[in-house]
Amino acid sequence: MSAFVEIRGVDKNYGFAKVLHGVDLDVARSSVTCIIGPSGSGKTTLLRCINQLELLDKGYVRVDGCYIGYKLRGGKLHQLSGREAARERADIGMVFQRFNLFPHKTVLDNIIEAPVLVRGVSKAEARERAHRLLDRVNLRDKADAYPSQLSGGQQQRVAIARALAMEPKLMLFDEPTSALDPELVGDVLDVMRDLAATGMTMIVVTHEMGFAREVADHLVFMSDGVIVEQGHPREVLAAPKQDRTRAFLSKVL
Amino acid sequence: MPSVDAVHTTPPSGAERTASPAEKVPPLAHRVRPARVLAVIAVGLGAAMLVHALVTNPNFQWSVVGQYLTTNTIVVGVLTTLELTVLSMAIGIALGVVLGVMSQSANALVSGAGWLYVWFFRGTPLLVQIIFWYNLASLYPKVSVGIPFGPSFVHGATNSMITPFAAAVLSLGLNEGAYMAEIVRGGLLGVDRGQAEAAHSLGLTRFQAMRRIILPQAMRLIVPPTGNQTISMLKSTALVSVISMTELLHAVQQIYATTYQTIPLLIVASLWYLAVTSVLSVGQYFLERKLGRGNRSHASGRGGLVRQIIRALRVRPDSPEVSAS
Repeated sequence: MSAFVEIRGVDKNYGFAKVLHGVDLDVARSSVTCIIGPSGSGKTTLLRCINQLELLDKGYVRVDGCYIGYKLRGGKLHQLSGREAARERADIGMVFQRFNLFPHKTVLDNIIEAPVLVRGVSKAEARERAHRLLDRVNLRDKADAYPSQLSGGQQQRVAIARALAMEPKLMLFDEPTSALDPELVGDVLDVMRDLAATGMTMIVVTHEMGFAREVADHLVFMSDGVIVEQGHPREVLAAPKQDRTRAFLSKVL
Repeated sequence: MPSVDAVHTTPPSGAERTASPAEKVPPLAHRVRPARVLAVIAVGLGAAMLVHALVTNPNFQWSVVGQYLTTNTIVVGVLTTLELTVLSMAIGIALGVVLGVMSQSANALVSGAGWLYVWFFRGTPLLVQIIFWYNLASLYPKVSVGIPFGPSFVHGATNSMITPFAAAVLSLGLNEGAYMAEIVRGGLLGVDRGQAEAAHSLGLTRFQAMRRIILPQAMRLIVPPTGNQTISMLKSTALVSVISMTELLHAVQQIYATTYQTIPLLIVASLWYLAVTSVLSVGQYFLERKLGRGNRSHASGRGGLVRQIIRALRVRPDSPEVSAS
């Protein structure tokens, strides 16, 4: 049986710069995978390749058996149309480092926008679901606030609720706590921990080693566009096998 | 950074604030600013001279100005000017949005076509374009609408279609499109790239993301310069007097061609232009307030225009700023 997320031989170049170089990775269903590594190691790019914010130069990504951004026809992978690609992305939630909430919409409108527009859910139903999601991220009284009236931690929790409103089968987190003040990090990690407990498949690019050790089922260390080492977080963090992993961990732990 | 909850806690009571007994505080003295005094005198003198000249020089013929200000020909001219402004701006804005979005296209042919349009229409004088459209018949005596290189459905003589009014609207609108395209492009570039990425990651198509997320935010940057362009357009309509389109300037020209009261009639026209631009400026002021930067949380809030203006005028308690680390 193949993995829920299957990444094979992925290359990504920006001009002459090789950002990803033959990356292979398997992610099991309902597992939490954390990707760590120094900046410029390609971990964010890898995450963005999973929902087609970046196009691959080589290799493929499959989620739940479907090729991402492509379809197999006559033994070749053909790129999807914009509409088809959008439909695939709708099933993969993403949370950004800089939140990227829509500043011209209230919290509630941020959350119901995509379900109404993309899924065709009725506004009343979308609102009801949005309120339940806000409850889940402990922001029940912020439905009518605008993003600029919220703290960074609150904004990021709204962003998580917004992604969950699409009922995704996979959630991607791109350094979700890196832009937050230290005392606000905990609230966001709590929400992510709760989400992991519900059985959501999550891939998290992070610098939060504590979160990785505690919540992740699988830890991946990347450097210079390749996966250097991977395994159970406690093993990788406690007894790294590679010199590069050891050097990185000695700086951040 | 304080959390929102901390900001909204009740302020300390009055008793705590007035703790220490009143000490003797020396009052603040105003400094005399010599340069400012001089400036006031200079401006006052200039204003007095200007008023004196306007009142005492009989050649202004203020009675003639009063006599013509609201005559039928002039009022019809003003209405025509307004009509030209509205129609040309409508064409310009619609064209500008299309061209501005085209300029963002990943397809080099599409963005190139947009660029070429702006290059041509911004690079030739408006007056030349006006005369060009007016004389279109000498280039293409007949116009037809149909399938390219195939059969045509509607056709007629160019002269009967390109009236002075059509030539005026066409030339002003197409020219405006080039300037609006640049304004729209600037507005689109002003929206953070993360907004499009967030929209795409939620499954919105490129078109949906543009319409629902990017364009509404770009509006904040597009609307204020568009107000400027409207005021500029109002004055540019005077140029179509050269193709005997009877707008405001041509109306006064027709009168002074027979009465030789050139100056007072130009004053009549100027007063009308000033009146309309003043009204437009006030409108622009309120529009900018509504969309202003300091009010970004309510940038495109719900509710009618009046309610939004009231909301914009109301002082709101400081909201905690977004974490910028």
